[in-house]
Amino acid sequence: MTNSQNRIERRFAELKAADRAGLVTFISAGDPDYDTSLEILLALPEAGADVIELGMPFSDPMADGPSIQAASLRALNAGQDMHKTLAMVRALRERDDDTPLILMGYYNPIHCMGVGHFLEQAADAGVDGLIVVDLPPEHDAELCRPARARHIDFIRLATPTTDARRLPLVLHNASGFLYYVSSTGVTGAAAPSAERVEEELNTIRGHTDLPIGVGFGIRTPEQAERIARFADAVVVGSALTDCIGDASQPSEATRQVVNLTRSLAEAVSNARGTRSVQERKTPEVG
Amino acid sequence: MGLSNPIIDTAPDADGFFGRFGGRFVAETLMPLILDLREEYASAKQDPSFQGELAAWRKDYVGRESPLYFAERLTEHLRGARIYLKREDLMHTGAHKINNCIGQILLARRMGKQRIIAETGAGMHGVATATVAACFGLECVIYMGAADIERQQPNVQRMKLLGAEVIPVTSGTGTLKDAMNDALRDWVTNVGNTFYIIGTVAGPHPYPEMVRDFQSVIGREAREQLWEKEGRLPDSLVACIGGGSNAMGLFHPFLRDPSVRLIGVEAAGEGISTGRHAASLQGGTPGVLHGNRSFLLQSTDGQIQDAHSISAGLDYPGIGPEHAWLHEAGRAEYVAIDDDEALAAFQTLCRLEGIIPALESSHAIAHAIKWAPAMPKDHLMVINLSGRGDKDMATVTKHLADELAD
Repeated sequence: MTNSQNRIERRFAELKAADRAGLVTFISAGDPDYDTSLEILLALPEAGADVIELGMPFSDPMADGPSIQAASLRALNAGQDMHKTLAMVRALRERDDDTPLILMGYYNPIHCMGVGHFLEQAADAGVDGLIVVDLPPEHDAELCRPARARHIDFIRLATPTTDARRLPLVLHNASGFLYYVSSTGVTGAAAPSAERVEEELNTIRGHTDLPIGVGFGIRTPEQAERIARFADAVVVGSALTDCIGDASQPSEATRQVVNLTRSLAEAVSNARGTRSVQERKTPEVG
Repeated sequence: MGLSNPIIDTAPDADGFFGRFGGRFVAETLMPLILDLREEYASAKQDPSFQGELAAWRKDYVGRESPLYFAERLTEHLRGARIYLKREDLMHTGAHKINNCIGQILLARRMGKQRIIAETGAGMHGVATATVAACFGLECVIYMGAADIERQQPNVQRMKLLGAEVIPVTSGTGTLKDAMNDALRDWVTNVGNTFYIIGTVAGPHPYPEMVRDFQSVIGREAREQLWEKEGRLPDSLVACIGGGSNAMGLFHPFLRDPSVRLIGVEAAGEGISTGRHAASLQGGTPGVLHGNRSFLLQSTDGQIQDAHSISAGLDYPGIGPEHAWLHEAGRAEYVAIDDDEALAAFQTLCRLEGIIPALESSHAIAHAIKWAPAMPKDHLMVINLSGRGDKDMATVTKHLADELAD
């Protein structure tokens, strides 16, 4: 655990040194079942995921679109719970001590487990950061500050409705990186206009040195490539989740997620015309 | 979180907390809207022209004030407390829901919003919202669980007739909580032009406060009316609770009168011990859902569980945060009535008073039937008759099929 607490910082420093954007992949833990989901999770780093977001399934994911709603339900119906989600993180850490892992979800399952107990277990499992959609900066005392005290980053979301007046508050306790939600709406909605997102990012960069990841509505390698020209990372979730939802059998789900991750990683890596994903990945695997 | 005494403290505090309950647990995209709404509502609340306008709409359109009716035959039948019924069932659209809708739509107009969205369970809030939207000429979209659409067809037809688009919600379990999820998803997508009329004293701050304020007209009127008839305060107030808006509206003007007992009646469904109920306070634990912290029906892993009640309007797995606070502070008492007791009370009121109550309100009547006989004859009890029962005829007929066939 000693030098593992800054995996996010280290990864973004590496990306910056390589002058390329990173790929952040999202899957719901336990989707479609525990074993398949674990197999997918373990395959992600090699397939080209620079940062992994692992969803903590919740019965009422009100910021998510149909794709991730369905993924949460599949996972819950298969018996996923917080303990199993943390067990997946521990299993990843046995094989991979470099890829940053961020738990993403809603506050209630954490609230229900107890914030102190959750953070202890999460830190112990090797979680690097948290994204909790329904905890705005106004509620930093609930989870953000206790998490920071345990060296777990609290990744903040900025959105098109976050105006200049509000941005400093959003950035105040932010750490790790800033997640820019590229469109109003739920996950998996329409693709954002790359030009507008680039303008927004330029504005935000005037207020923070944190790396900025862009997500919501990015589904294809082509879309990812355009955003990767200027963003520090590109987040893809619903498109990967759809691979799982559409798969005829679990082994097919793994194969489809790995394939899409590979092509997204390649597109993201090559966006600024530098090194290819294979070259960069080789030393890290194993 | 210094607030602990509802008799002394002003709630909610600046962050929307009632003690440890409430708050604004929403996605960042919604925060600027929630903050705007709070500012706009705070200014409207102090604005005599807004209040004057609201009073005029209440009188001429809603039909206020609602009568406070002495239920003489029910009182004689129970041989205990003197029972008054606050007749919200006589208001336009047939329930208390319109009190809140008329207030919120005036606010929406003041904020220049052109599109109204709402969630609905039994359909009463949906009908009230569609009604005011029609009256103000605004586009209206209502989210309703597919399961509820099935069991509340007449209200679905009413909403459509009033020009609203009714969107069936199939996500999750297709009930009220999922309708609220989908309404929040719509709001987060259409932040610019849309006003979300939440139907109960839940949701993120300022909704619990705002809906309570708009519904408090019930308690203020009851207080004056009873004073006129009896020359004193009531001894007890009884109201049913799903999210808790009709109860909060009746209770709030009496919070600082410690002699007035406040009794909220939750839906015990098939019985709290069966797990198939909607009693969040008595069968739930604290959690965070739909923007606030309150008591919820949830699993040990924090997954929200389905509520069950014969009455669709009480079928919500949470409860307004102010009720959670009143419960913990001991200022209000909460009891539960099951489906069978509610059905029996429904019939009792029909036959003794010639009033067909909503199945929701029948829960409050049922508690009075149980409890009033033990009270002295000078005990003054006010029951909120929050809605009329026409919408429930199909449900009731089905359950009483044998009896009605005689």
